Amino acid sequence: MPIDKVWVLAEAGENGPTPITLELLTEARSVASVVEAVAFGPDTASMAAALGEYGATRVHDVGDLQGALPGVPVASAIAALVQAGSGPDAVLIPATYDGRDVAGRLSAKLDRPVLTNVTGLVADGGLSSQHPVFGGSHIVTARFTGEGPGIFVIRAKSFAAEPSGGAPAEVVAAPAPDAGPSNAARIVARHEEERTGPKLDEAAVVVSGGRGLGAAENYALIEQLANLLHGAAGASRAIVDAGWVPYSHQVGQTGKTVKPTVYLACGISGATQHLVGMKGSKNIVAVNKDADAPIFSVADLGIVGDVHKVLPALIEALKARG
Amino acid sequence: MNVVVCVKQIPDPAAPSSLDPTTHTLDRSGKLILDDSDAYGVEMALQLAGNVEGSEVTLVSMAPGGETSGLRTALAMGAAKAILVSDEALAGSDALSTAKVLAAAIRRAEPDLVIAATESTDGYTGTLPVQVAELLGLPSVTFAKAISTDGTTVKVERQTEAGYDEVESPLPVLVTVTAGVVEPRYPSFKGIMAAKSKPVDNLTLADLGVDPSGVGATGARQEITDVSEAESRSAGEIVVDEGDGAQRIVAFLEQIKVI
Repeated sequence: MPIDKVWVLAEAGENGPTPITLELLTEARSVASVVEAVAFGPDTASMAAALGEYGATRVHDVGDLQGALPGVPVASAIAALVQAGSGPDAVLIPATYDGRDVAGRLSAKLDRPVLTNVTGLVADGGLSSQHPVFGGSHIVTARFTGEGPGIFVIRAKSFAAEPSGGAPAEVVAAPAPDAGPSNAARIVARHEEERTGPKLDEAAVVVSGGRGLGAAENYALIEQLANLLHGAAGASRAIVDAGWVPYSHQVGQTGKTVKPTVYLACGISGATQHLVGMKGSKNIVAVNKDADAPIFSVADLGIVGDVHKVLPALIEALKARG
Repeated sequence: MNVVVCVKQIPDPAAPSSLDPTTHTLDRSGKLILDDSDAYGVEMALQLAGNVEGSEVTLVSMAPGGETSGLRTALAMGAAKAILVSDEALAGSDALSTAKVLAAAIRRAEPDLVIAATESTDGYTGTLPVQVAELLGLPSVTFAKAISTDGTTVKVERQTEAGYDEVESPLPVLVTVTAGVVEPRYPSFKGIMAAKSKPVDNLTLADLGVDPSGVGATGARQEITDVSEAESRSAGEIVVDEGDGAQRIVAFLEQIKVI
């Protein structure tokens, strides 16, 4: 199926579209001739210039969701356009909390499956997607068969965002049809976690801790180190599952994808689930007492040693530098 | 309150995984266990059911060959009964087909609350619970890190990029839980013994009225066209800490101009 028109689900961040939105628009330009965005929220018009600058000629504006979670109304709006015959050949959706909700809802509404964990797209007459498996040691290439748009859920930082210099996108209203009881969930309050340093997925330095820390209170070493390096503190799934740190710190297949200048893995063995989320880092430093830990296979500098000795010494050394 | 938990029985993640060389689907021929991710959902369901009088927890699973070893673990934790869908025609199903089958099975349990993990450990497509909710016409709240219910409304703390949202929904509703949301209990000896006689309803596609041609490998509308080795990182310098580990890291950080 030739790919002509691609839609990108645009998400609003603190200052305009989120980085992944711009990454997806950039990639969409290289696989399709027509790139359009679908946006939602109280003020999508303010994003029209930025979305246009990255290649979207049009923004389908679902509008303010009145406290509803985005999954149902946004998918309903897209499905209505597809069913009216004005839909795209493929929809690119960010692998975020809301993005995955939209993808699941849209999939069931259109009776089309979803390809998730996508890290690459290939225009080969149709559109194929690439997926890392087994901790990124292998790449699977997949494609959709049958009629209907392809729904791709794409991981952050799979593509570099580059502006096209396009004019502001034309904003077209795309109101969500009434979805009945399935749209009954409402956000009643929002809470922002206090964050002192940079965001985990935007930081130039990420310091992550794992089970090797031994106890939840030792995560303070990770936070202290991250702070000294003006970086963000991450975690392996093992210690998130153990309840030591919140899910928002998790790096890996089921957490955030990070590509910092340097990634410090402390007491992390390097399960495939973790490697997928950090293998793309420019430099990797690992500290682990087990010389056979898989994390050393991706490390530029590996220290076989006890994190309880190495980390405090490192913290002192950095403090001494001022 | 009828609480349904979707549970997946998966190959032991500790064992090396592989793709079937001809079909490119995940090899699931070994012994299956309860997905660790689902233990949190089972525990959450048991706690919520315990707070609302007259509640019961039902497990729903789809697995080849009538596999129940993972289900028995969850029954031993305290679930009352299970519905298991097994059918040869299901091999090679994509997530949407699986969602259709699970939705049909869940509907039979007349749920007030459906709980699922955010994603499974082995397949991690992470879209199935929301697909199930859409097929059942239910609202969904994903990425829950805390849940409470009085039997008519559910209150959820939902993970967001910036923190969390408080979300409310009337029942019936589907909620997905992140790992670590509760501490799963270990089955007691008594629980393990009781689990052996708890009812497991074995169903086929015909029992559910699902057309076999729309599911499994024949119904899949996505295909794998290639599997290749990824570029690997070149090996770095691995040294044993002789008390100079911290200094070596400092030198490395200086070299790459991070400090």
